[in-house]
Amino acid sequence: APADRHVTVDLDQLPAATAAVVSELDARLALMVGEDDRSGSGSYRLAYTFAPKAGGWVTLEAFVDPDEPSFPSITPLVPAAHWYEREVQDMFGLVPEGHPDPRRLVLHDNWPDGVHPLRKDFDPSTPMPRVEREPYQFHRLHGEGFVEIPVGPIHAGVIEPGHFRFAAVGEAIFHLETRLFYTHRGIEKLAEGRTPAHVLQIAERVCGACSCSHAVSYAQAVEAIAGVEIPARAAAIRTLYLELERLYNHLGDLGNICAGVGFAVGTSFGARLKEDVQRLNERLIGNRFLHGVVRLGGVRRDLDAEDVADLEKTLDGVARDFKDFIELIMGSETLVERLTTTGVLPTATARALGAVGVAARASGVDLDSRRDHPHAFYDCLPMAVPVIVRHEGDVKARLLVRSDEVLASLAIIRALLATLPEGPTAVDLGAIPAGYAWGVSESPRGENIHWVRIGDDGTIERYRVRSASYPNWPAVAAAVPGNMVPDFPLINKSFELCYACLDR
Amino acid sequence: MNIPLIVPHVRWREPAAATDPAEQLSQTIRRLLRRSLHIRHLDAGSCNGCDWEIQALMGPVYDIQRLGIDIVASPRHADLLLVTGSVTRNLEQAALMTYEAMPEPRLVVAVGACACGGGVLQGSYATAGGVPNVLPVDVYIPGCPPRPLALINGLLIALGRLESKLQATDVTRHAEPSL
Ligand code: SF4
Repeated sequence: APADRHVTVDLDQLPAATAAVVSELDARLALMVGEDDRSGSGSYRLAYTFAPKAGGWVTLEAFVDPDEPSFPSITPLVPAAHWYEREVQDMFGLVPEGHPDPRRLVLHDNWPDGVHPLRKDFDPSTPMPRVEREPYQFHRLHGEGFVEIPVGPIHAGVIEPGHFRFAAVGEAIFHLETRLFYTHRGIEKLAEGRTPAHVLQIAERVCGACSCSHAVSYAQAVEAIAGVEIPARAAAIRTLYLELERLYNHLGDLGNICAGVGFAVGTSFGARLKEDVQRLNERLIGNRFLHGVVRLGGVRRDLDAEDVADLEKTLDGVARDFKDFIELIMGSETLVERLTTTGVLPTATARALGAVGVAARASGVDLDSRRDHPHAFYDCLPMAVPVIVRHEGDVKARLLVRSDEVLASLAIIRALLATLPEGPTAVDLGAIPAGYAWGVSESPRGENIHWVRIGDDGTIERYRVRSASYPNWPAVAAAVPGNMVPDFPLINKSFELCYACLDR
Repeated sequence: MNIPLIVPHVRWREPAAATDPAEQLSQTIRRLLRRSLHIRHLDAGSCNGCDWEIQALMGPVYDIQRLGIDIVASPRHADLLLVTGSVTRNLEQAALMTYEAMPEPRLVVAVGACACGGGVLQGSYATAGGVPNVLPVDVYIPGCPPRPLALINGLLIALGRLESKLQATDVTRHAEPSL
């Protein structure tokens, strides 16, 4: 694999350096991390990590003087940077100069001025009165016939909270603005000062739906800092659970796409198959959401012959019924018609926003961190990871990518079970030195990055979680205009993003 | 094409002393409300785990609609508020407004470790540290997340509370419908 590169640049050179990396290496912005390093280097540190097309990572690092708390925004060059920079503004009080949209993002209107929770001198016990402020300014379209439709944050179904503001003429949507971060729980701050093992419990609960992927990404970061390689058997078992997670998510998500058009029999079928896999999860590891699979240095529990037999039997059943499920969906002409050409995310938009996962692959962007940034056991499988790419970018394409990925996951699990390496399932990390690293895994929603810095005392000094939903939410807003209002739930469900891991 | 059989529904029987908790729940609902129990779910900052288990209740396997329970779209139609998450600061106002929109008597059920007492998020600057710090909680369902059957059991306990609330609330009740 190409070596990772790291370049420190002067703050005013940041945009020029970014432009060079993006154009010369055909690189995608994958992550930006802000840090309060005033007690060390005397500055704030900004690190932009790019994923060049040829593989590996390139990081541009710049320091911000606390007396001049601002930095040149790269958003005009790289649209994918827009939320990262707004978040750094809220959390560290650093102003992105030249950002086209510098509104508050994570800390909503009622947070007092001057509260920047990720600064090291922020005291979580400071009383923070609710302040009255101008209400959040949504982008507005004016003109005859425009109707503004506000939806949320509390929705009608059993779903997560978020606010959507549609500008429509009749049924046609012209513009959608999302306001999210309602479930911001302060997870990154909470991790600071805690032991790496304690934070694993928190990492698993960043998001219930991708719990195993979060745990794997986090553990990989800590193991990289410790300089430890986990045993092959542990890596293989992690891979198995990552695929089970993809399986139960995709099955449920395929059902939920049916719910988006009121195709109840499909919804139930998906829910039933998802339940089959979640019950299997519980039999294998004691938790329906795969909490407790991962420990630092490996996995908590080995697989025995009985588990393998259970896996084979249950997944054979799932594979058999899945065929009927897909036939049911694709055999319904009216359903397929609703899905086709609905909610198109153009390839160029997906790239500009740095979209990942199913959303990117269904829009012609060929990326999958299982292949591009091999982790766990993915580069030791007896088969290449099948990366399913389609070019239509509509709801149907996202459905078909998921359904092919279900088959791919089943094949990967079969291959794993046939070649499961022998040996121990964990190693001891020993004392972990100070340092930083990031871990990547491909969750059901896409590339999931956990960035960790461990301090001299062995506790977490900075933790940044960038789940797949982070770059993908803006893609939803981009795919909606031009569609009808009643198609919004369908489009939204076809992306099936998570709010909890975005908001943290 | 072969559509596999889903777990068979519990059929309506003459109410005899039920031993199955699901059946007990169904009977208690009929006795107390003479209609179905309406639930409004409120995500006050969960990780989605608890919510997915609530969603599973509405699916073909647990199917609480067969017991006379429905999850409704508006708090104005709800008897019971099922709250997940530790109540984030960004959601506190929405949570209070949802509660206040409900008619009395109303029940609040905290679902999961986060809702019951902050869970792994204890000490965060961004959350209230659990539902009881924001709303009056009637029943706590622990777990991370609680399994669907634990949720059904928790609803049964909540109905016991509803009975005493109904007695204490001055509501002009409609005439007894003849069953
Ligand atoms: S109790 Fe557990 S599953 Fe429920 S919201 Fe909290 S962390 Fe998630």
